[in-house]
Amino acid sequence: MFVAAMIGILATMVLALCRAILGPTVYDRILAVNMFGTKTVLFIAVIGFLTGRPDFLDLALIYVLINFIGTLAVLKFVTYGDLGADPENEKGTR
Amino acid sequence: MTEITDVALLIFMVILAVAISRMQNLFMVAVMMGIFSFLSAVVFTLLDAVDVAFTEAAVGAGVSTVLLLGTLALTTREEKVAKQKNAFALLAVIATGGALIYGTLDMPHYGDANAPVHTHVADRYIEKSGEEIGVPNIVTSVLASYRGYDTLGETTVIFTAGIGVILLLGRALRKGEKS
Repeated sequence: MFVAAMIGILATMVLALCRAILGPTVYDRILAVNMFGTKTVLFIAVIGFLTGRPDFLDLALIYVLINFIGTLAVLKFVTYGDLGADPENEKGTR
Repeated sequence: MTEITDVALLIFMVILAVAISRMQNLFMVAVMMGIFSFLSAVVFTLLDAVDVAFTEAAVGAGVSTVLLLGTLALTTREEKVAKQKNAFALLAVIATGGALIYGTLDMPHYGDANAPVHTHVADRYIEKSGEEIGVPNIVTSVLASYRGYDTLGETTVIFTAGIGVILLLGRALRKGEKS
């Protein structure tokens, strides 16, 4: 059961990797990175159960948070061209 | 099964590294390095180095992506392409890589019970640390007692770095308030 899940996750990792390498636009790649982060979380969760150590779930939770913040930072950079920009003011007033 | 996943993840890393090295857009490189960090964090988890995996995910995929993007905001997004191929550079890289691979030939195999790391002092820590130190957690007793001076040095370095960061950031903040 967990082996089948592992194979499925590895297959989707290949697909996300293809999109990240081939993807013509910025958004394809950002989505691929975000997707890959999610796959990492699932992978760690499944490997925890596969090797009989479900404690790895804590690690997976941390990765969810890191992935979320990283994606936010990348999207802010794409939108404003600057990480320190204030969305309340006009674009790139710094 | 874990052998197959190990091999698959390492192949992903090689493909990704080649793809990253061929990219010209530095913004894409910064984003793709996030995937690379996630992959290496998974490999560290498979190797049972959970603390290293934590650090790799937090620093590699989190902070360093943000720092690289901040640098890109101040500089340019495109890499300057070298016009001519440098044969000497290729030779130097191949020689260094060969030397590194030669260096791994002496190392014990993955999971070898007779590796020096398993035969040196680990047994003594497991058997005696409870009565010698009196702390139930073996990792804590190794870090805080057996390697106490080492840990003291590490915390001194981190403390100094923290003071430096606070001094640098604090000065910028105070200037911002005045102006």
